[in-house]
Amino acid sequence: MGEGNDKSTRVERASEREVVVTRTFNGPVRIVFEAWTTPELFMRWWAPKSLGVPMITCEMDVRVGGGYRVAFGHDEASATSFFGKYLEVVPNERLVWTNEESEDAGVTTVTFEDKGGKTLLVMRELYPSKAAADEASGGMAPEQFAQLDELLEELGAGVGGKP
Amino acid sequence: MALARVNVRAIVNRMVQYATARLDASFGALSDATRRGVLEQLERADASISQLADVFEMTLTGMKKHVGILEAAGLVITEKVGRVRTCRLGRRGLEDEAAWIERRRRLWEARFDALDEVVEELTRKEKARGRRKR
Repeated sequence: MGEGNDKSTRVERASEREVVVTRTFNGPVRIVFEAWTTPELFMRWWAPKSLGVPMITCEMDVRVGGGYRVAFGHDEASATSFFGKYLEVVPNERLVWTNEESEDAGVTTVTFEDKGGKTLLVMRELYPSKAAADEASGGMAPEQFAQLDELLEELGAGVGGKP
Repeated sequence: MALARVNVRAIVNRMVQYATARLDASFGALSDATRRGVLEQLERADASISQLADVFEMTLTGMKKHVGILEAAGLVITEKVGRVRTCRLGRRGLEDEAAWIERRRRLWEARFDALDEVVEELTRKEKARGRRKR
């Protein structure tokens, strides 16, 4: 697969504890970096519609030791938060942050590399253990939400409608 | 900002509803020592119904009944090739590496497609501004 116009997203299990996601973006590093570090922009893509759950808040203090917090949900009461702090911030090159919402969450490293005006992005998630990496489901994939919805509809009469 | 285990509560609620509907089948299937033995056996290797019948020293008909109950509960999947019906463990809780990777890939592809749109839009705007300045 050539790198040129390849827009595919690759996911590899680099080791028992590490997952690597790779993608090339059609814009300069500067802009891609901006989209990762500006809350208004970040909110536009981190929770795409197909995810099924919108992001309702996003706070980022992008500097070494600075914190972030994002929340997903349909309202404040049922929201789920993810938070941590930035360990490394090298503008237009590299971001490293912790994920502190659970003991099984790891450290995320994102690197940005110029490829002739496009951006090669490599994201590594390092988990504390193999089990944690196995468990981290990668979130609910869109088709799983669809599957759940189907199931619910199917079961709706049986479960909810029982006398 | 982890690989979002998004909206866990809502998902769990749904899972519970789903589980409720399947509990009877699962508990029923697991309430029998032979059927638990069959699951243990299949954990080691796939097997035909007649092999299982041999291992548990019972009739083919008796084993078919047990496998049918496990299959209805989603714990076992069977596939008939020629005259042999092969049994293996159901997918539930046993995701293979390829499926694990694919699930993540879809999530990231959805995100990154959205990110690419943002990046292209900003790039276009920047170019337009650059042209106007000149």
